[in-house]
Amino acid sequence: MAEQPKIRIRNLHKRFGPKIVLNGLDLDVGVAESVVVIGGSGTGKSVLLKCILGLMEPDSGTIEIDGRNVVGLPRAEREAYMRKFGMLFQGGALFDSLPVWENVAFGLIQAQRMDRHQAREIALKKLAQVGLGEDVSKLSPSELSGGMQKRVSLARAIAAEPEIIFFDEPTTGLDPIMADVINDLIIKCVRELGASALSITHDMASARKIADRIAMLYEGKIIWAGPVADIDGSGNPYVDQFINGRAEGPIEMAVLRP
Amino acid sequence: MNPLATIGSAFMVFLGALGRLAMFAGNAVSHCVRPPLYPRLIGRQLLEIGYYSLPVVGLTTLFSGMVLALQSYTGFARFSAESAVATVVVLSMTRELAPVLAGLMVAGRVGAAMAAEIGTMRVTEQIDALTTLSTNPFKYLIAPRLIAGTVSLPILVLIGDIIGVFGGYVVGVYKLDFNAGTYIQSTVQYLEQVDVVSGLVKAGVFGFIVALMGCYHGFNSRGGAQGVGAATTNAVVTASIMILIANYAITEMFFSS
Repeated sequence: MAEQPKIRIRNLHKRFGPKIVLNGLDLDVGVAESVVVIGGSGTGKSVLLKCILGLMEPDSGTIEIDGRNVVGLPRAEREAYMRKFGMLFQGGALFDSLPVWENVAFGLIQAQRMDRHQAREIALKKLAQVGLGEDVSKLSPSELSGGMQKRVSLARAIAAEPEIIFFDEPTTGLDPIMADVINDLIIKCVRELGASALSITHDMASARKIADRIAMLYEGKIIWAGPVADIDGSGNPYVDQFINGRAEGPIEMAVLRP
Repeated sequence: MNPLATIGSAFMVFLGALGRLAMFAGNAVSHCVRPPLYPRLIGRQLLEIGYYSLPVVGLTTLFSGMVLALQSYTGFARFSAESAVATVVVLSMTRELAPVLAGLMVAGRVGAAMAAEIGTMRVTEQIDALTTLSTNPFKYLIAPRLIAGTVSLPILVLIGDIIGVFGGYVVGVYKLDFNAGTYIQSTVQYLEQVDVVSGLVKAGVFGFIVALMGCYHGFNSRGGAQGVGAATTNAVVTASIMILIANYAITEMFFSS
């Protein structure tokens, strides 16, 4: 890659007690590129995201954002980097004490100190982008269906026009049609912003749709990475087993067999 | 198994917990004194902690004042000291009962709610979401609660003092046939400024303790509904115990010389 990647991760390690979760992980995400990390449950996908977002400190290794290592930065400087990020949480993580529009406008009002009326206008625009009308904006998040919550959460993630958006299992818990709607919205929103995207999922339909490049995480390392078109011919038995969803193969699940 | 090792490791765990709490408290307080503060959120917490606790605190202190008058009358009658009832009521209420009872009631009412709310925010990733939206959770969630707790409890206790003394007056005058004027006179006669002030200082400390424990246990809750439940219980229990310990320490500070 000639140009500098947006995110460059090198030799990332993280362990919890005796359990090694990330074991020398390397990953690049280019400018305006959408990378999807696939992998089984409990392989450290969420830990990877949390390390990049600064919600967790890695034990060692570097995470460079625009060429600058952000591991171990003091909190105040870290917050400045946070403004480049948008994050869609798995469960939505909407603030249930606030109405929908304030959820979407939260980053604008709290972090950018924007005037509430102006922030509300932007929030309504973002909600319209994800297909939600003004009537929804006054509701409380608990009154929404799962799919609507995901869409509000997506609107919140893009509200401050971030340079990098992270998606944590964006389609988990949704029916296949709503999952596809969310996939389309993700593609549309990321394109419109020209942002880079890093997603983690185990939903292959979603991965194939939103990714430019797919990387497979297994035992704390990226064992295969390549363009989405190459995934079926990867020649990697681990990747083959995962994308075809077979119980038999080199990946051993920690399940006792009768 | 070596019994000393068991005691030792338990003690180390205790010290570790104490250290974590102290660091949490230090971090939280530093955010209470540095701008930006969130006046809207502080206002909402003042309403939640102060205003909505008024009925509970009012009823508690009213009946405490009433029972105190009754008990001290029947007790003091044995050595013909009935005239001390009014003084006993006002001193006990202002120095001890109003702050301690209000503190414990608010710990049960508000501390538990705080731990449950913040704990749920933790397990549903809402606290992580705050961080990704460039908002420090200490500043947004914890500082407003600590400020509101520390400010509102003394106000509650001042109102509780008045209601408690009034409860004693009602029992004294209407049940025990004290002369109203004499009762009021002996209420104010031996009351000193330090009695009320020490109670209010206690109240401020207790309010801080309740908010701190609610926030601390909620913020560090783990593992879904069960974790939030445990956090709620721990918040109330630790806050109550710390209130009783702090109560002794502050009393010692004011009145030992």
